Amino acid sequence: MNHEDVLCSFCGCLCDDIVVEVEQDQIKRVRHACRLGASKIMGHERIRGPMIRRNGVLTEATYQEAYDRAAEILQSARHPLLYGWASTVCEAQKIGILLTEEVGGVIDSTATVCHGPSIIGIEEKGLSGATLGQIKNRADLIVFWGCNPAEAHPRHTLRYSSNACGRFTPEGRAGRKVIVVDVRETKTSKNADKFVRINPGEDYQVISALRMLLAWKGDLVPDEVGGISKKDLSEVIDTMKEAAFGVFFFGLGMTHSRGRYKNIDNALSLVNELNAHTKFIVMPMRGHYNVAGIGQCAAWETGFPMSIDFARGSAYFNPGETSACDVLSRREVDAALIAAADPASNFPRQIVESLARMPVVQIDPYENPTTLIADVVIPSAIAGIEAEGTAYRMDGLALRMKKLIKSPFPSDEEILKGILDSVRLLRGCKEKSREA
Amino acid sequence: MIVKGGVVYDPANGISGEEMDICVEGGKVVEDAKGEEIDARGLLVMPGGVDAHSHIAGPKVNTGRIMCPNDGRMGIEPRTDICRPSTGYTVPNCYAMGYRYARMGYTTAFEAATPILEARHTHEELEEIPILDKGALTLFGNNWEVMECVRDKDIGKLAAYVAWALCSSRGYGVKIVNPGGGEAWGFGANVKGVKDPVPNFDVTPAEIIRGLAQANELLRLPHSIHLHFNNLGKPGNYTTALETLELLKDIKPSRERQVVHVAHMQFSAYGGTSWRDFESKAPAIADYFNQNSHATMDLGQIIFGNATTMTADGPLEYANARLLHAKWSNHDIELEEASGVVPLIYGRKMLVNAVQWAIGLELALLTKDPWKVLLTTDHPNGGPFVNYAEVIALLMSKAKRAEEIATLHEQTSKRTTLMGIDRELGWSEIAVMTRAAPAKVLGLKDKGHLGLGADADFSIYDLKPEQTDPAKDHQLVKKALSQSKYTIKSGMVVSKSGRVLTTPSGRTYWVDASLSVPKADKERMMVDLKEKFDRYYSVQMSNYTVQDAYLPHPMVIRPRLFDTKAATKEVA
Repeated sequence: MNHEDVLCSFCGCLCDDIVVEVEQDQIKRVRHACRLGASKIMGHERIRGPMIRRNGVLTEATYQEAYDRAAEILQSARHPLLYGWASTVCEAQKIGILLTEEVGGVIDSTATVCHGPSIIGIEEKGLSGATLGQIKNRADLIVFWGCNPAEAHPRHTLRYSSNACGRFTPEGRAGRKVIVVDVRETKTSKNADKFVRINPGEDYQVISALRMLLAWKGDLVPDEVGGISKKDLSEVIDTMKEAAFGVFFFGLGMTHSRGRYKNIDNALSLVNELNAHTKFIVMPMRGHYNVAGIGQCAAWETGFPMSIDFARGSAYFNPGETSACDVLSRREVDAALIAAADPASNFPRQIVESLARMPVVQIDPYENPTTLIADVVIPSAIAGIEAEGTAYRMDGLALRMKKLIKSPFPSDEEILKGILDSVRLLRGCKEKSREA
Repeated sequence: MIVKGGVVYDPANGISGEEMDICVEGGKVVEDAKGEEIDARGLLVMPGGVDAHSHIAGPKVNTGRIMCPNDGRMGIEPRTDICRPSTGYTVPNCYAMGYRYARMGYTTAFEAATPILEARHTHEELEEIPILDKGALTLFGNNWEVMECVRDKDIGKLAAYVAWALCSSRGYGVKIVNPGGGEAWGFGANVKGVKDPVPNFDVTPAEIIRGLAQANELLRLPHSIHLHFNNLGKPGNYTTALETLELLKDIKPSRERQVVHVAHMQFSAYGGTSWRDFESKAPAIADYFNQNSHATMDLGQIIFGNATTMTADGPLEYANARLLHAKWSNHDIELEEASGVVPLIYGRKMLVNAVQWAIGLELALLTKDPWKVLLTTDHPNGGPFVNYAEVIALLMSKAKRAEEIATLHEQTSKRTTLMGIDRELGWSEIAVMTRAAPAKVLGLKDKGHLGLGADADFSIYDLKPEQTDPAKDHQLVKKALSQSKYTIKSGMVVSKSGRVLTTPSGRTYWVDASLSVPKADKERMMVDLKEKFDRYYSVQMSNYTVQDAYLPHPMVIRPRLFDTKAATKEVA
């Protein structure tokens, strides 16, 4: 059986034209997807069943036992952290937020080590954006800054950006200019009309120089900034001004080099100012397929997009104080639930050590380094393949992920509900014993 | 449930301050009932408040939350056994929206603008808003398919598309925002008036508005077109408003209602040639409404203090941001719309803001028929909805208005006529503007009144109308109307003296007009659509439509089939 128009649950492109061939509840072939997406949809070795660490060894358990143990860990913790959420659907994220409220924990997403600085930049300046289709139909200038879609978002250029054809862009790549700014040559820079190779960590200075040139203050700009000659910088800003519709895509090269959210603040300001001359928009290249979703979902549920602490019963947001790495490095949290993420691979070493010292519950279809430090491991169905739900594309567009095959595993949503029920049961018992 | 002895204002049924009992059963108002008795002796009782124009859900509301964490810090309330935590003042989280409307005695609120493409997000948020019945108006004013149908003068095909898109977005009605301007904004431009052609599409805003109004009537939609004018927010724009209203005068409504509802009239009642000689033209607008009956308006009243402006009018928000040096978010939607969000502060000592404030009140007081005026703040553009009681108190008391004017920029009274207006509204008029008229304008027949069979949504306020003179006791009026003594939704007490008691899920209204569409029109339209999805959209058609999973509590309205022949004649 063929499933058409399937959504790919790999990256923030959330391609929705995938064809998946299924025979007897097994995925046989994936068409239209990139290699990264196809490999995710085809799947690989899974965690076989729930496990609880007993005497230092992960041993098999039933789902109910795993839920109860997870609930005990969360309920007995002084201040638990519930982290991850980027690779699952909003329906699960909502239960995750409710669970965090009920155990008085802090919830954070993988954005904290990814595009978190972009969100802080947006808090400072706002973001002039558009949907990806708007870019496909109108953009005649694409800037990729500190990102490498050719390898990280392989279908981005063809579906949405530099090589896409649309109403006012019938010639596709031939009708567009592409500028790539990066610290090294990449597969993406090979497709560029102009490659601007800047010194590592000097994005802020280069953007500032561009803003100066734009504001007719070029005489104050030094002959060279960030390794780029003033002549080259002038050429870049002139190209930007002359575009009918320009786009500034940025990636982790900007959010995680020196300056962090200040780089983003500066880039957003540049784009705002360009709008006095022409149409210009800006977009972060979000990584995981639904990392944008946890930001949206958290914002409407709690008022804030990430790093939310419910210790006082109300929502408190202060990234730098309440983000996952901060609460872990200060040893402020004493238990963790990790859903659909792998902090053991992605967090700084000291912070992983801190995580390893506390009881950890993991919900994930796959084994990963976080499994090694987990005390309860709960395997789940893969959202978007074995379970339905909502995901938000990198431009904020919500789409519905499909269920293609049956799964022997419960969905993230069902697992989190199971844990929530156990937490409520535990608390009910406690309250009853207190009343008595 | 029986509510005993309240002083009831139910203007839709001609009841004005009569002491009577209200019986409720099965979520409806009935003749006779048993069970719980609520003592409302002498207290003010009105149908549940209906907000016909408020920005409560969807991508731009969430953008407001994300870009304004400072706003989130205001209005923080911890969780309780019943309520989820609340945050925010101008952009509260979803739960706070439901709790705060309910505490104020409101039971229905409609999101004023959602793009079709992003309607899924809007419904995700609407579903999280507890207690209220709700719906969302769908944006059409800058849509490629709409503009092409209008250009080709194919109103049948346009109606087919409107029906399809309402269904696709699970939307309730046709919203038009700065028609043509949003498309022009796709390349950083705008349209300057209703006769200014839209770049690349060979149509004018006037044609778009008329075309959509005709399609709206062809489909017999419960609500009329809901229009945000071109040039909104600019000095001198009252002429655009009047010119646009004139365009629609000859269109016959297909139901007993207006042909056009004007959104947040305050923002389009401006005189002057620049911000320097900016002045109120509310009297001219009110005159027009007094002389014509094809249009209704909501106020878009300004509340001093913080606001977050959010609208599909992308170029307007860019202009706001430039003018105020404020932070700015923009979000253009492929083939459909533009939009923007800018937080700002309305200051009493800022002349422009003070005049804007006065314009809203002038409109309400100078328009004779309260059925043509809905009380809104265009939440959160003019200010948050939690301030409705402040606006009610202002409309009921000349003394309060004078007190307020004394605190404003000294030139305010020279630029407006507010000081010279003696009218003070009574409870019936307030009940019309906040309950009966919004329900009628939206075409919600079971809302906004307390006749037999109506939804048992009503509010009881801790105020005795027979012993209170709102003109003098305006502080008491504001206090009482800010927080109901009881809010009853579908026959359940959901809020009592500011405490939320239960949080049932409300229903989401949407209009399925697909049965009204002739097959041939639909087939022609689908050919166009297929091409749009094949070539221009960034998503597949099968993934575009909002799935039923997003409306677990739907309330579908299906307009009666229309008479094709008569309709064609009317259009011709």
